[in-house]
Amino acid sequence: MAVLNYIQAITQALKEEMERDGKVFVLGEDVGPRGGVFRATDGLYEQFGEARVLDTPLAESAIAGVGIGAAMYGMRPVAEMQFADFIMPAVNQIISEAAKIRYRSNNDWSCPITIRAPYGGGVHGGLYHSQSIEAIFANQPGLKVVMPSSPYDVKGLLKSSIRDEDPVLFLEHKRAYRLLKEEVPEEDYTIPIGKASVKREGNDVTVITYGLCVHFAKQAAEKLEQEGISTEILDLRTVYPLDQEAIIQAASKTGKVLLITEDNKEGSIIGEVAAIISEHCLFDLDAPIKRLAAPDVPAMPFASPLEKAFMMNADKIEGAIRELAEF
Amino acid sequence: MGLQRINMPQLGESVTEGTISTWLVKEGDTIDKYDAIAEVMTDKVNAEVPSSYSGVIKELIAKEGETIEVGQLMCYIEIEGAEEPVSGDSDQSNETSKEKSAEKNQQSMKNRYSPAVMRIAQENDVDLSQLTGSGKGGRITRKDVEKAVEEKNFEPDDVVDTVVETPTEAEQPELEEFTPPIIRRKPVKVNPGDREIPVTGLRKTIAQNMVRSKTEIPHAWMMIEVDVTNLVAYRNAEKVKFKENEGYNLSYFAFFLNAVAKALKKYPELNSCWAGDKIIQRKDINLSIAVAHGHELYVPVIKNVDEKSIKGIAKEIHQLSRKARTGNLTKDDMEGGTFTVNNTGSFGSVESMGVINYPQSAILQVESIVKRPVIIDNMFAARDMVNLCLSLDHRVLDGVICGAFMSHVKAILENISSDTTPIY
Amino acid sequence: MDKVILSNEEQLEMYEEMLLARRIDERMWLLNRSGNIPFVVSCQGQEVMQVAASAALDKNADYILPYYRDLGVVLHFGMTVKEVFLQAYAKAEDPNSGGRQMPGHFGQKKNRIVTGSSPVTTQVPHAAGIALAAKMEGKSLVSFVTMGEGSTNQGDFHEGLNFAGVHKLPAIFMVENNKYAISVPLHKQVACENIADRAIGYGIHGVKVDGNDAHAVYQAVKEARERALNGDGPTLIEAVSYRLTPHSSDDDDMTYRTKEEVDQQKSIDGLLQYRDKLISDGILTQEKEKEMEEKIKQVINEATEYAEKAPSADPGTLGDYVYGKEGQ
Repeated sequence: MAVLNYIQAITQALKEEMERDGKVFVLGEDVGPRGGVFRATDGLYEQFGEARVLDTPLAESAIAGVGIGAAMYGMRPVAEMQFADFIMPAVNQIISEAAKIRYRSNNDWSCPITIRAPYGGGVHGGLYHSQSIEAIFANQPGLKVVMPSSPYDVKGLLKSSIRDEDPVLFLEHKRAYRLLKEEVPEEDYTIPIGKASVKREGNDVTVITYGLCVHFAKQAAEKLEQEGISTEILDLRTVYPLDQEAIIQAASKTGKVLLITEDNKEGSIIGEVAAIISEHCLFDLDAPIKRLAAPDVPAMPFASPLEKAFMMNADKIEGAIRELAEF
Repeated sequence: MGLQRINMPQLGESVTEGTISTWLVKEGDTIDKYDAIAEVMTDKVNAEVPSSYSGVIKELIAKEGETIEVGQLMCYIEIEGAEEPVSGDSDQSNETSKEKSAEKNQQSMKNRYSPAVMRIAQENDVDLSQLTGSGKGGRITRKDVEKAVEEKNFEPDDVVDTVVETPTEAEQPELEEFTPPIIRRKPVKVNPGDREIPVTGLRKTIAQNMVRSKTEIPHAWMMIEVDVTNLVAYRNAEKVKFKENEGYNLSYFAFFLNAVAKALKKYPELNSCWAGDKIIQRKDINLSIAVAHGHELYVPVIKNVDEKSIKGIAKEIHQLSRKARTGNLTKDDMEGGTFTVNNTGSFGSVESMGVINYPQSAILQVESIVKRPVIIDNMFAARDMVNLCLSLDHRVLDGVICGAFMSHVKAILENISSDTTPIY
Repeated sequence: MDKVILSNEEQLEMYEEMLLARRIDERMWLLNRSGNIPFVVSCQGQEVMQVAASAALDKNADYILPYYRDLGVVLHFGMTVKEVFLQAYAKAEDPNSGGRQMPGHFGQKKNRIVTGSSPVTTQVPHAAGIALAAKMEGKSLVSFVTMGEGSTNQGDFHEGLNFAGVHKLPAIFMVENNKYAISVPLHKQVACENIADRAIGYGIHGVKVDGNDAHAVYQAVKEARERALNGDGPTLIEAVSYRLTPHSSDDDDMTYRTKEEVDQQKSIDGLLQYRDKLISDGILTQEKEKEMEEKIKQVINEATEYAEKAPSADPGTLGDYVYGKEGQ
């Protein structure tokens, strides 16, 4: 089994899906000969040609909207937003159109599109190359929002997204692209959308998070293990719709729950997770549900000290877990 | 043959009512389905309303110019054949899927304590195993444990004085919700040159309060005349010196407020308000006074008037009027009134019927002081006379008590002198 | 392309379809004003261009992305009168959405009528996407998308036409210029003289036609379709007419335009013009017309009655079809 980094796993998933199904094609800015600004579509243009690896004009609503049209026709488009921060002009297409097509046509039409977008900070991207945008899309029934945390997961989940009958917003942490490496099987496999995954077993504190924060949480948990603090980590993987069963199970297991997101605290995904836990786990809780998130400022600033203060890291998580363990 | 209703259609997404501008049919007319029957005007559109049936117009119920709610009857039409209510709707809206409540006597939750229950039990040393839970599955609720604490704290030899503490504003029991009858306001025609002034802010609040007062409170009225010759003489003797010393006027109004406060002390029945299942009698005597500024009316409050001298009252009248003029009245200045005295005399009025300042139970109008011939000892005398007009909430008060109150006010005012009513 | 000559039968068929659309619309207003259906948004004044354009397409292959006034287009593409009334009454059997969407929000996959929404112009990039997919698959079909002239100010208009222009997609963009965006008249919407001129900016063919002239519209769409299938890229067609009704049953147009203006436009109504032409050409006779009207009235009466009595959507289906079977 080869060791791949996160972005290589994405490229491999795209390549395998395009080989498997002639209806799969990619479109976006710079995805062609350039192979994407992050190189996610590296080699695809050479292998599949211009017709299936489409450089589009710089126009996000068209990237989404054209993809939606093709999906309604019966294709399997994979549209790329260069940065999640730039998805805003396409919000109308994603929320008003893609998410509602099946429902509004009473199951007559469907829209199997995958929209990929690199999100997240810690890469000196400043306000407009660092945002977490998942909360905007996380109350749109009809849409699925997937945020994988590892190279293995990203390959399996991207394949599932492309094969899914409904629109999927697929958010990849850009800091993870080259930071995370692990063994990824060369053969075809998928991971179900809508299922969370226990990334680490433990019995003192439960951490529930997603995306790159899973990595930081693992680092913190390993360190705390030496102090005798045992941490359970649940990776949501799909942030909409949420895997309620897994959340309830993980929260009930230790009764001390730490929820983590890189997004701003108020109105974030973890607020919904907290609501699920408080609805179902009152008699299993041993401490107040704790949230660890970015401050409520509009976005992550450029200057290093500011970026560091905003960004999630293992130290912040370690402190929060310890505090809960001691409660 | 069957009779069918033709109701007001919903003409527009957010429209709730329509006005019949013109009937296009009359009783006895034979019409076809989709023939226009009336012109209807709504906020969004003006339209001809067609009939949903063929038949003979039986009775026009709504009148031209009348505004009726969507779905309300416009007219009856007699149609051929048996009427068949047209609705394919399978009315399942009432089908509320009520979950079967769990067995009442089940005790599965008996030993599940919420954090709140645990805390209260610990802080008050309550043995939870001795309690019976009223919650589902026998769960001990927070209320159960609170009740247990209350019972535990009650010691029979610890007799507590039954002094009822005056509830603060926030603790006051909520007044029974009063819903004014729905008023069908006829559209008012605007003529060219008319000015339309939007009703906002203070005007709106005044309007709402007045409607509430007049529709909820059964008002009754009473008027007495008072001979204030002594008061006029006393005040005239003091006013110049007072102005020099204090810098503001020694107004008649201060004396009236003083007299009212004294009378309220004696007849606290008038210092009260209606609260549905009870009447709340106020301990404090806080007098609301009406202060006009420009076209606006403010009703600030002088607190604890019974504890203040004439000078103290005059000073507050002066301060509140100045604040009203400069727009500096605070919410605090306007709150807490228990009875209102209105200085209608300042406009030259000699008789008026005040609207009670909701939720108080009475308002006193002090009219203009005028010199009038009065017969005293069978001789004409020129006296300074004033009318006092009282409006009262007849649910709270009756003629007897108000008569006594008014007589007392009269007696105080007629006997004013430097001895009975020092200025300082 | 040479001027197309339409046979007498073809012309009569087109006229009957236009008349049908008009009569359906008139019935809708009566049903709305009598309180039987909540909402109407009209095609009146645009039937000629709608039917003529549709007739120039291949209704067995092409995809259409109609906007909310396109009753004439969807009728031509196979939606039945009964189905139109089922939509107006929001009944369970409505093929467009099963009573979920407002009237005028068309969609019917078996006839390749692509589902639409209320925010205008979102269908324009979809049309480009369908044309792209058809091109990728080497299919001989076009996507035909319509919109009002107000929509040509939206970002999606620009993004969609530009995309289609760059990739030379087999798409036809027809702007039904009825002179009003609800209450805003044309000159307050755009500063350019012709909407069709906007094509220049996208490097595509643009053409302006009289929307009341059935044959001119037919010719323009026929040529655009040929261009698309020849790989010469999309066409922007501006067809000009006039909206004869208020924007919708919720609108009062007398607050922003005059009765004189509307009456004047009614006197040059494209439907009447076409009728007069057919009569003067001897294609339509008074007798034939009467027959046509009676047939249409019967069809509409039957459809109204059917829809009125059809069952409403079951509240138990509220949660259906949020996702496909595999999903959730």
